[in-house]
Amino acid sequence: MPHDHLSPSGHPYRPDQDHPLTYWQQMEIALRELLIEKGVTTAAEIQSQIEAMDARTPANGAAVVARAWTDPSFREALMADASEATRGMGFDIGPMRLIAVENTAEVHNMIVCTLCSCYPRNLLGLPPDWYKSRAYRSRTVREPRKVLAEFGVELPPGTTVRVHDSTADMRYIVIPARPAGTEGLDAAALAALVTRDSMIGTGLPRQP
Amino acid sequence: MAERVRVSTRMPIGHVRTPAYLRGKTGVIERTLGPFPDPERLAYGQEAQKFPLRRVRFTMAEVWGDQAETPDDTLDAEIYEHWLERVE
Repeated sequence: MPHDHLSPSGHPYRPDQDHPLTYWQQMEIALRELLIEKGVTTAAEIQSQIEAMDARTPANGAAVVARAWTDPSFREALMADASEATRGMGFDIGPMRLIAVENTAEVHNMIVCTLCSCYPRNLLGLPPDWYKSRAYRSRTVREPRKVLAEFGVELPPGTTVRVHDSTADMRYIVIPARPAGTEGLDAAALAALVTRDSMIGTGLPRQP
Repeated sequence: MAERVRVSTRMPIGHVRTPAYLRGKTGVIERTLGPFPDPERLAYGQEAQKFPLRRVRFTMAEVWGDQAETPDDTLDAEIYEHWLERVE
């Protein structure tokens, strides 16, 4: 069989992990088992934390954006102190701080973390692989408009691009501009238009 | 008039949250945050002094010179106070 390393769909199978554990995998297991043995935590607590992390999705961020579009006093609070305003919606960013940056007719914002992969996980869930790639991290600060074009984002002439490098204690969410023709929609319908990428700044919201 | 600051050019080893591509560049303070503990010491479990954290806005022209894609676009980054010097 010449192609028995390919799945029926023609893609290669992921190889089995027959290699020994890496140093860091051993360290993680050793630390976790010690914490459980010493009664600091339990396997069930660790599992429930993993489930809580997995449950976070861009729907959280979309609810924040839709509320900012429909509730002027919330929008004002969000721009003044996004950590506090989103905590009031039940999205606790923990020890980090959140800054909301707003797209307008004149300004388009983009988020990147050149040093690692800082991302507002409580609002957007796990970052996509490309967000952590060296290509995205290095190119976004160097040629943001080319990166935007590859994501299919065309900005009107005269738009200023503001790139935000998430270098320290802040996390960022882009509040995209509300699409035209959505005047009659309620917050739930609006939230369905808000994509993950529109909150990173590499996309625009869907049109209704 | 926004306050102008220049990022230090020093290149220490260790856990530094000041990107190398911004060292020596001049920008304006967009807002001040913190204070937050110095990550260069915190990362090693040492007692860490707290510093104000400045959001500094640079033009792409300042960061990339003639190679800037669009000179008036901007780059904002969070820089700890001990990395900044005031520019007249």
